[in-house]
Amino acid sequence: MIATGQFLEILIGGLMSGVLYSLVALGFVLIFKASGVFNYAQGAMVLLAGLALVRTLDLLVVNGFPLWAAIVLGLGFAAAIMAATAWLIERFVIGPLVNQDGLTLFMSTIGVTFIIEGAAEMIFGSDVYPLRLFPTDAWFVFEELFPGGILINKLDVLGALIAGILVAGLAIFFQRTRTGRALRAVADDHLAAHSVGIPINWIWFVVWLVAGLVALVAATVWGTKLGVQFSITFLALKALPVLIIGGLTSIPGAIAGGLIVGAGEKIAEVYLGPSIGGGIEYWFAYVLALAVLLVRPQGLFGERIIERI
Amino acid sequence: MLYREAGQFKTTYVEDMAIFPIRQDRIALAVLLGIAFIGVPMFATFHIWPFGSDYLLWAILLPFLILALAAIGTNILVGYCGQISLGSGAFMAIGAYSAYKLATGVHIPLGFLGFAISIPPLPVLASILLGGLMAAGAGILFGIPSLRIKGLYLAVATLAAQFFFDWVFLRIPWFTNYAPSGSVNAPALDFFGLVVRTPVERYLLCLLFVVVLTVLTKNLVRSNLGRQWMAIRDMDIAAELIGIRPLYAKLTAFAVSSFIVGVAGALWAFVYLGSWEPLAFSIDRSLELLFMVIIGGLGSIMGSFVGAAFILIVPIMLNLVPTELGVPLSTQTITHLEFIIFGSLICYLLIKEPRGFARLISIGKEKLRLWPFPY
Repeated sequence: MIATGQFLEILIGGLMSGVLYSLVALGFVLIFKASGVFNYAQGAMVLLAGLALVRTLDLLVVNGFPLWAAIVLGLGFAAAIMAATAWLIERFVIGPLVNQDGLTLFMSTIGVTFIIEGAAEMIFGSDVYPLRLFPTDAWFVFEELFPGGILINKLDVLGALIAGILVAGLAIFFQRTRTGRALRAVADDHLAAHSVGIPINWIWFVVWLVAGLVALVAATVWGTKLGVQFSITFLALKALPVLIIGGLTSIPGAIAGGLIVGAGEKIAEVYLGPSIGGGIEYWFAYVLALAVLLVRPQGLFGERIIERI
Repeated sequence: MLYREAGQFKTTYVEDMAIFPIRQDRIALAVLLGIAFIGVPMFATFHIWPFGSDYLLWAILLPFLILALAAIGTNILVGYCGQISLGSGAFMAIGAYSAYKLATGVHIPLGFLGFAISIPPLPVLASILLGGLMAAGAGILFGIPSLRIKGLYLAVATLAAQFFFDWVFLRIPWFTNYAPSGSVNAPALDFFGLVVRTPVERYLLCLLFVVVLTVLTKNLVRSNLGRQWMAIRDMDIAAELIGIRPLYAKLTAFAVSSFIVGVAGALWAFVYLGSWEPLAFSIDRSLELLFMVIIGGLGSIMGSFVGAAFILIVPIMLNLVPTELGVPLSTQTITHLEFIIFGSLICYLLIKEPRGFARLISIGKEKLRLWPFPY
C-alpha cells in the first residue's frame, strides 16, 4: 500500500506538471478564441522560441556578456522572432484563408508546423540544448509529518508561479486594455467587430504575437526541464486533451484542464500502470478527454454550443 | 476539341446514372486501367524504361496504391460524412495486427473458465478481410462519441483511439506473438496456392484490391447510404429532421471507412512492409492521410488518388532533386528544407484551392469542354 505522504507527493508532482501543460494549452485557447483557428503549430512555436532563446544565450555568454544582459537580450531576440513569425503567419496564411472552415484552417496550421520546425532547426541547429534559467533541484517539505518528507521540484513551483502571473496578466490585458477589449469583440463576432472599426488583421497579429510570447514562456520552463530539443513539439499533442477537457474557449479552463490531466495521469500511472503494463501516461489524457466530452461536449468550462438551422 | 460530349444522347435511365457519362472519360479510364493492369507489369517484367530497376514499382507505385486505398477510406468519413478523424493510422494498425494474428493463429487462454479459444491460422485473403472487419468494429466503437461531439472536438476524441492503439500494440506482447524486438513478420502471401513474391506480383495484388474496393465505394457513395452521409455532413440537424437517423448514418460511415482503412493497413503491413513495428502506424500516418484527403478534395474518390500521389511523391522528389543537381548540402539541411518546402506547398494549395485537386480537375474539364471559347 502506498502511504499518504507518497500519494501527496505524486499528486503535487502531477498538479505541477499539469500547470506546465496548461502553459502550452493557453496559447491554443488564445488563438482559438480570437480567430477560430485550431492552432496545431503551438508546439512548434514553443520549439522555435526555445531555440532562439537558448542559441542567443549561448552565443552571448561565449562572447563575454554578463549573464543578466545575455538573458535580457536573448529574451528580447526570441520575442522579436515570435513577433516576426506572428506577422508572417497572419499575413501569408491565416489572412488569405479567412472564412474557410475549421478543418482547412487546422490543416494549414499543420503546414505552418512543418515550416516552423524546418526553419527553426535549419537556422538554430537540431541538437539538444540545455537551458539553465531556473534552479532544477528539489525541496523536501513536511518532513515532520511524513517519513522522508515530500519531494517538490523547485522548477515545478516556479512554473506554477509563472503560469499564475501569466494568467493574471492575460486577464488584465483582456479586461482592462483597449486592445484586449477589441480582442474580445473579435472573438465574439468578427464581422460585427469589423463593422464598428476594429482592425481585424491587426487584432489577429496581436493574438498570434501573444500566443508566441506564451510559447516563449512555456519554452523557458520546458527548456529548463527537458532541454530545448525537437521532442518539445510533441507538447502540442499533450496540450490537446488539456484544452478539450477545459473547453476550447476558456483560459481558466486551460489551467483546470492541465491540473486534471497532470494529476490524473500521474496517479493513474502509479496505481493502474503496474497492473496493465505501464506507460499509460501515453494515452490516459486522451481517454480522459473522451470521457469528459461524452458528458459535456463543450468541455468543463467551454461556452455552450448552440446550433441554428 | 476532343473532349466534347455533343452527340452523346442518353436514352435510358441507366445511361443517365452512369459513373462516367461522357464517352471520352470512359475511354480514358479504359486506357488507364489497361496501362495499370497490362502495361506496367509488362514493362516491369522486361525491365523497360522507366522500370529499369524495381525502384519505381517498389518505392512509388506500391505505397501509392495502398495509401490511396487508405485515403479513400478516410475520405468516406471526413469527406462524405463530415466526421474529422485523426485516428486513421490506428485503424490501419488494427487491420494489420488483426490480420497478422489471424494469419498466424489465435490462441486466447481463458484460464478461469477452464478452456481456451483457439483459431487455426487462416488463409491470407481471409485474414486481410477479417482484419478489415476488426478495424470496422473498432471504428464503430470509437465512432460512438461522434453522436454527441462534432468537428474539431471529435478530431481530438479520435486521437484517443490513435494513442490508445499505439500503446496496445507496443506494450501488449500477445499481439506480436511475444516477439522480443516488438517487430513482426508477415506470413507468406499464399492466395489459394498462388504465392505472391516479386514486386510485380505484389503490385498486381494491391491493384486488384484497390480497383475492387474503389468500384464498391464509388457505388456506395452514390447510393441511399452515401446520400445519407452527405446530408449529415452538410447539416446534421436538418438531416435528422427529414428522417435520417444520425446514429445509423454516422456509425455506418465509421464502419465502412474503418473497414477500408483496415484492409489498407493489412496490405501495407503484409505486402509493402513485410515486417513492421507499431511506429509504422503512428499519428504521422493519420495526419498524412488527412492531408491526402484535403489536398485531393473532400468528398471525391478521384481526389483521394491525386492527393495520395501528391503527398507521397512530393517528399520523394524533394529528396531526390538536390542529389540529382549535385547541390552540396548535408542530409540534415536537405531534411529541413524538405519540411519547409512541403509545408509551404500545403499552405499554398490550401489558400489557392481550399477544395483541393478534385475542384481543379473539374474546373479543367469544364474549360476543356468549352475550348477554344472562354464561356
